[in-house]
Amino acid sequence: MSDTDSEVISFYVREKMLDEQEPPLTERGAIKWLRENLFSSWLNAILTIVSLYVIWSILNGILPWMWSPTWSLGSLSECRDVLAGLGESTHQACWGVIRDRWQQLLFGFYPREAYWRPTLAIVILLAGLAPVLFGNIPRWFMLFSVATPFVLFLLLWGGPIWAPLLVGVGLVLGAVAFRYLVGVNQIVAVLAAILVPIVFWLFLVGPIASGLSRIAPIGLEFIPSKDFGGFMLSVVIGVAAIILSLPLGIMLALGRASDLFIVTKLSVIFIEIIRGVPLIVWLFTASLLLNYFLPPGTSFDLTLRVIIMVTLFSAAYIAEVVRGGLAAVPKGQYEGADSLGLSYWQSMQLIVLPQALKISIPGIVNTFIGLFKDTTLVVFIGLLDPLGLTSAIRASTDWNGIYWELYVFIGVLFFIACYGMGRYSLWLETKLQRENR
Amino acid sequence: MSSMTDSPKSDGFRLSQLIYDTRYRSMTIQAITLALVAAGIWWLVANLLQNLAALGLTPNFSFLFNRAGYDIGTTLIPFSSADTHLRAAFVGILNTLLVAFLGIVLATIIGVIGGVLRLSKNWIVRKLMAVYVEGFRNVPLLLWIVAIYALMTESTPQPRDFRVADDGTAAASMIFDAFAITNRGVYLPAPVWGPNSIILLAVFVLSIVGAFVYRSYAKKVLFDTGRLLPMVWPALLIAFVPAVLMFFVLGRPVGLDYPVLGGFNFQGGTQISNPLTALWLALSLYTSAFITEIVRAGILSVSKGQTEAAFALGMRPNRTMNLVILPQALRVIIPPMTSQYLNLSKNSSLAIAVGYPDVRATLGGITLNQTGRALECMLLLGMFYLALSLIISFLMNIYNNSKKLEER
Repeated sequence: MSDTDSEVISFYVREKMLDEQEPPLTERGAIKWLRENLFSSWLNAILTIVSLYVIWSILNGILPWMWSPTWSLGSLSECRDVLAGLGESTHQACWGVIRDRWQQLLFGFYPREAYWRPTLAIVILLAGLAPVLFGNIPRWFMLFSVATPFVLFLLLWGGPIWAPLLVGVGLVLGAVAFRYLVGVNQIVAVLAAILVPIVFWLFLVGPIASGLSRIAPIGLEFIPSKDFGGFMLSVVIGVAAIILSLPLGIMLALGRASDLFIVTKLSVIFIEIIRGVPLIVWLFTASLLLNYFLPPGTSFDLTLRVIIMVTLFSAAYIAEVVRGGLAAVPKGQYEGADSLGLSYWQSMQLIVLPQALKISIPGIVNTFIGLFKDTTLVVFIGLLDPLGLTSAIRASTDWNGIYWELYVFIGVLFFIACYGMGRYSLWLETKLQRENR
Repeated sequence: MSSMTDSPKSDGFRLSQLIYDTRYRSMTIQAITLALVAAGIWWLVANLLQNLAALGLTPNFSFLFNRAGYDIGTTLIPFSSADTHLRAAFVGILNTLLVAFLGIVLATIIGVIGGVLRLSKNWIVRKLMAVYVEGFRNVPLLLWIVAIYALMTESTPQPRDFRVADDGTAAASMIFDAFAITNRGVYLPAPVWGPNSIILLAVFVLSIVGAFVYRSYAKKVLFDTGRLLPMVWPALLIAFVPAVLMFFVLGRPVGLDYPVLGGFNFQGGTQISNPLTALWLALSLYTSAFITEIVRAGILSVSKGQTEAAFALGMRPNRTMNLVILPQALRVIIPPMTSQYLNLSKNSSLAIAVGYPDVRATLGGITLNQTGRALECMLLLGMFYLALSLIISFLMNIYNNSKKLEER
């Protein structure tokens, strides 16, 4: 009985394990991926084919145009001759213009021998921004960041070293006055901190600077801002506007969030008027009208006027970003500060703003990206941003009639800059989210 | 000990309380702020008046009623050089509104489709949309406008290329014999309104209204009784069948005027100028890259449990999307969408790059240069854009409130 049993069992039950089998062909490797990602349903298959066709037609349009051995040529007619000689169509790029004019697209009409100055300026700017952008950098480095704007001004515009130095000294004087008087009376200290630098700038900087430059003429060659152009101009306007608008934007945000009726309403009116009107109208206002609103006889250069206007413009946007940051600080923080008996300014300075500004940095970076792209609009009031330079380049006989090569170059540079900053702001956002958890 | 906070002393009001007493200090601060702002404005206005007086000008708007003396390429209402500057400004305003409206519609359509495609399970579609979004977002709008305009004027055929040569071929051909894309503009068929067309239009409008009434009725039935009436095809039938019937009953009152090549250019039909097309496309493509991201974020913000619950109830995917996900996503989408609409309308002022006669080009451009009234023109221009922004925010707020979660 048992024998037959064992026979039966040995008949039905396998004694040796089978080897693992490969998954079916459609469930592994590239085919599985294709099935799941590209052809999971009829609709998906159609979408895949349509998008492949789109990609193919775009590449088919662009690649033959881009693949063009014209890097070393010196004019558009030369390009056409060479391409015709190769038996190719003339509908091809002529990259010689980039080799010939890339410096102009980057620096405008800035003197060639001074190109190192804006280049060094951008390095210093990035170094100065490091503590703000990345954190965990020694605190003494902040001093360097504070000095950065003055160094940048000196590098870009040049002139004697004394004027920017003395403007900086004015700020230091204000801080010193505040430090000494704050023990005596807070209101007097605040007033002094505001008035001392202003008086110093208005009445003392001029004579002292001219005297010092007569004694010790140290400085760089002065370069007027009409020579600024290209990407350098975009960066200068964008960076100057963002840096200058931060204090104003923070004040406006605090004003809008405060419970003082008149202050709130004034801030709201300012912010909404600025945001409701397009930048281009503000730029025309700067170029046509700003002089009307200043004392008769004052006139200063267009770049400076544009920087002032763009500063006011971005202040309104920064204010909205900072307002978001202020709203994101938990209510308990405000109440905690109040319960410690801190005054409004103390609680803002020590508790609320450090947290709110930290949250706002990604938003500020995004504002800067928008502003940086918008600086191309200055072409309409006669400044030579990259797009303005394309017409300047077209005006030369060598490159008359060239469009796409320049647009592609400018577009790629803007893309790299803006995409990089966008990625940075995303990285920061996720980092801040992690820290807040 | 009941009054821990700044309890008033019994000996009346002292001047120092204006600074040290928190109850009065806010008033002091506000008064000082107001005084400073007023002084600043007064300073600006005084400078302005002094400067204007030096130029022999006084602010005045009567120039608006003078003869304009210039022609405008694209107009929605009749305009000739004999009309006033005011009418020219009005033509510009209508042109701005036209391109803003068209842009908002197209940007919304592309953006919503893009947002859904960006979340598609299809790898290649997802990546393609990512490239589209990053490509358009990170390059200045002005560059897109100029590039698309150059594409429209440089790379499209001339009208004479459409002429059929002796050997029976033409360098370019019209699409469906009705549309021609040329370097002078896009030509389309224009409707010709016959005598009875007003009746047809009325019928059509009424049947559209009828379709919406049916929809809300079907919804009411669904919510009251749970009975699901077919929604799509009856609505379509109600909307189109009466109009089509009337079209034949009335003896085809509306015809189409096709553009025909005559001489060196197309005759008949409607011409959409290249500046308008370029501006419209660039504005829509640029803004829709942002809208794509907004829609994507909105859909992602609806928690996965909602989808799973809908599936557990046996809902089909498209009904889940329409009835469960989109209504919740809309609440997240509308506020940032509003600000994109505002951006688009403000960016329409970039018409200057392609020479489209919007309000900045007429009122803030030619009129300003001809009359020299910079102050008045810029003031009016600013007020127009401000009003436009306020109106768009107002409308979107109404829409937002109608979609708001009704909480108890």
